[in-house]
Amino acid sequence: MIKLENISFDHCIKCTICTVYCPVARVTNMYPGPKHSGPDAERLRIKNPGLIDPSVKYCNNCKRCEIACPSDVNIATIIRNADSKISIKKIRIRDYIMSRTDFVGNLATKVSTIINALNSSLPVKVFLDLFLKISIKKTLPEYAYGTFRQWYKHQSKYQTSYKENVVFFHGCYVNFNDHELGKDAIKLLNSINIGVFITKEKCCGVPMIANGYIKRARKNAKHNIKTLTEATKNKKSKIVVTSSTCAFALKQEYPELLGVKNDTIADRIEYITTYIYRKFRKCDTPPMKPLNITAAYHPPCHLERLGSAVYTKELLKIIPGLNLKVLHSECCGISGTYGFKKEYYPISQKIGENLFRQIDSINPDIVITDCETCKWQIEMNTSFEVVHPVTLLARSIL
Amino acid sequence: MKKIETDVIIIGGGATGSGVLRDCTLRGIKAVLVEKDDIASGTTGRNHGLLHSGARYATKDPVSAKECIAENRILKKIARHCIEDTGGLFVTLPEDDQGYHDMLVRDCLNAGIDCKEISIKDALRKEPNLNPSIRKALKVPDATIDPFRLAASNIMDSVERGAVVFTHTEITQLITNQNSLTGVRCFDRHRDENFEIYGKVTVNASGIWGQKICEPAGIGLKMYPSKGSMLIIDYRINNVVINRCRKPSSGDIFVPGDTVSLIGTTSKKISYDIIDEPVVDDDEIKILLDEGEKLIPNVSKTRVLRAYCGIRPLVALSGNMDGRDISRGIILIDHKESDGIENFITITGGKLMTYRLMAEKATNLVCKKLNIKKKCLTRKTPIPGSEKIFFNKRKLKPFQGFSNSVVGSTIYRHGTRAEQILQSNKKGSGLICECEMVTDREVKYAIDNQLVKDIVDLRRRTRTGMGPCQGGQCAYRSAGLFTEYGETKGEEAVKMLIDFLEERWKGVKPTLWGDSLREAEFTYWIYQGLFGIGNLTKGFGVKGKRE
Ligand SMILES: Cc1cc2nc3c(=O)[nH]c(=O)nc-3n(C[C@H](O)[C@H](O)[C@H](O)COP(=O)(O)OP(=O)(O)OC[C@H]3O[C@@H](n4cnc5c(N)ncnc54)[C@H](O)[C@@H]3O)c2cc1C
Ligand code: SF4
Ligand code: SF4
Repeated sequence: MIKLENISFDHCIKCTICTVYCPVARVTNMYPGPKHSGPDAERLRIKNPGLIDPSVKYCNNCKRCEIACPSDVNIATIIRNADSKISIKKIRIRDYIMSRTDFVGNLATKVSTIINALNSSLPVKVFLDLFLKISIKKTLPEYAYGTFRQWYKHQSKYQTSYKENVVFFHGCYVNFNDHELGKDAIKLLNSINIGVFITKEKCCGVPMIANGYIKRARKNAKHNIKTLTEATKNKKSKIVVTSSTCAFALKQEYPELLGVKNDTIADRIEYITTYIYRKFRKCDTPPMKPLNITAAYHPPCHLERLGSAVYTKELLKIIPGLNLKVLHSECCGISGTYGFKKEYYPISQKIGENLFRQIDSINPDIVITDCETCKWQIEMNTSFEVVHPVTLLARSIL
Repeated sequence: MKKIETDVIIIGGGATGSGVLRDCTLRGIKAVLVEKDDIASGTTGRNHGLLHSGARYATKDPVSAKECIAENRILKKIARHCIEDTGGLFVTLPEDDQGYHDMLVRDCLNAGIDCKEISIKDALRKEPNLNPSIRKALKVPDATIDPFRLAASNIMDSVERGAVVFTHTEITQLITNQNSLTGVRCFDRHRDENFEIYGKVTVNASGIWGQKICEPAGIGLKMYPSKGSMLIIDYRINNVVINRCRKPSSGDIFVPGDTVSLIGTTSKKISYDIIDEPVVDDDEIKILLDEGEKLIPNVSKTRVLRAYCGIRPLVALSGNMDGRDISRGIILIDHKESDGIENFITITGGKLMTYRLMAEKATNLVCKKLNIKKKCLTRKTPIPGSEKIFFNKRKLKPFQGFSNSVVGSTIYRHGTRAEQILQSNKKGSGLICECEMVTDREVKYAIDNQLVKDIVDLRRRTRTGMGPCQGGQCAYRSAGLFTEYGETKGEEAVKMLIDFLEERWKGVKPTLWGDSLREAEFTYWIYQGLFGIGNLTKGFGVKGKRE
């Protein structure tokens, strides 16, 4: 018997809209869809927790069902919770490695050239495929040398001179894989006279949640809330995030899924484009040069759920000389670590097919997206360079 | 006119009638059962399905309490797939008489009911949604019993052993010859025909309707109609039966029933003329929710699916008393002794969970009248589906292609017979009722094997339409399957669909607020807005929902 605190499933009116919008249910019959796996099966799981079906694993946590639901049911959260109850029993090396982006990242950035070379070599990929069930068809993300934090250490002294400040939650991706994005974010913020601080952050926890390590994720959540609360307490500064998924986790997954209260910081967390767009609107637009390119923008699922995709779109429109093509809002299929796993690889590819074809037919100079894993997925499946909106903005700033 | 001959005629297909039919059949006596509506459509399908331990009666009615605990133990063996051995609690709230607890412990022990006080911490661990300010908690061997499955399994077993059952067939007249009852006249609603059945002995197991059947034949059976109303909560907010430790009163019991929880019950004397159409009153809903909230505070935040009521088949042996003060004792009447009519027996009163004992008593009397010396076998012979313990985690594995919640639900409903449903053929693994996880195949199985004539009957066998959407999604799918698997034509299927929606609507109507209201509006939109069902019916004279 479960203590019933999250009873949003009770509001479901069985309209089935969620299942119509679920990208996974659309492409495979291995997954019965959000309505069945969420509110419907929840009533049976309350009756008998033994009835959790392993098919809940197929949910990629894209949250599109929750956007579609007219009854405010936390469908994906319900499904993740059910999943975490059966995941605890079987720990897999692969899922462990994939869930520890911070730990693995720290090791990998020390020897990044070797790791990157290894990760793209055939024998290593065969090994990963056979023994760790990481799909051989995937290109593994590249690691940078050293970490963003190490770079920032030399930067921090320049950040104190601004009147207004933000705390930048850079996330694992900026720290281990793409320092440039972090530098661009700082450049952009500095250009509108805002100083940037960072705190002692830990991985937001999303990869842990996705791989069923709820307890670990909760530990990280508590740590992050504590440090972010302390960092913003006095100056009441905002917390800006460049990863749409991290932002989503900090703002919504912490209380909803992990049951960790984030009231002290919830209102301060802003996805970076939201923050910058609002600043720009207040006439703080820095001088920009025209880029004269065509760009296709892919709004990531979690940014849609957060309701912030519209800010990215509007912000991009401000860039002079940018011919912006907004792609249909749909899941690219990668969903963090999901698409790297051998068992989900074909599903992941099928989900993204429409998107890849649409990009191909537009034939842009560049593709823009806010999410690092969407970037990997699109780069792997099309021939285009994919950048973060902040990177593009930074390129335009004089 | 068609005439049928048999040894025993049984009037009524509730738990009692089904039990008598099975008892007769197991003793090798030829029997025919006639039910005016569907199996378990009377009081049997309108109660809270509590397999009493007897504790609820221990203080007031020790005889009933002893019967309860004895039958409780028997049924847990012979009808295990209809029972969930949840256990029960009696909890004392701060405002309750604190002495009742000790009195109950004493009376339970006297009646042979094992009860044990447990710590409040343990009680709250078992039942996290319980009011944390309870003062005392007593554990008793209460359990839950599904009345639909119970009656249907008794009938199915009897039919498989050669008994004959007519459903949707009303007994319109008792045929008497001098001072003996020789047969009954029936009207078959589906075939629209009258026929007669002649039998050596007739058993009246028609519950509250007995008075109506007996009156025209000059047999004076006076029933005392006491209505009890209950509410169904969308999901299981409690896991064990929760009783309030005080003198039985309104809104003091929560019973988990399959996927839902029930709050019971009120007690109101009603006039005999309205026994066919009793309604739940608004004040009853209020009492149940207000009192229920004291036991489980969460209840105010959950969706109430529907309200329904049943009428206790109590016999008025004396003057006008409060319905609760009449004994729920078993009443067996040999009408030769009371009215001078030979070969006619009434068995009523009692409880759902004493149906077997009632059947045994009635059949013993039948045997005496027929001069047959056969022992009762129902104490030891399990009903179909309950032959062995079938539900466990390992059992979920072999049924590939179905999700665990579907396999679990099917096993839960059909016990060992689930195997036939889940493995019969490859076709029909789709879900028809998504809330209660009823597959196409389960519907086919019910139509083929369980005397299902329409969607309302289907609901009683499978729970189709009993979940949160109350038929919104499954009703039209089911109607379609009737034309595929049964002999139903298109027009009949539409009528069936409307009847079903009307039936669901009746129970939903009193609870139209919050999510229930949103759900109802959505269902209305599907059937009226999208299908235009109200207009479909114009051609064949049936009313649509919410005209
Ligand atoms: C509110 C309430 C709560 C209860 N809770 C419990 C509980 O928790 N546990 C428990 O053990 N008991 C409980 N009971 C008692 C229990 O429901 C009844 O005692 C039991 O169901 C009676 O079964 P029955 O077969 O005798 O009557 P019924 O189920 O009423 O069966 C009589 C049948 O006869 C049919 N019939 C009538 N007239 C004709 C005719 N002319 N021709 C053909 N057929 C006819 C009817 O359609 C009906 O199906 C409760 C009762 C009520 C009212
Ligand atoms: S989160 Fe995405 S994959 Fe999961 S059920 Fe919802 S829509 Fe489907
Ligand atoms: S969209 Fe929301 S209300 Fe509709 S079926 Fe899905 S969970 Fe239920």
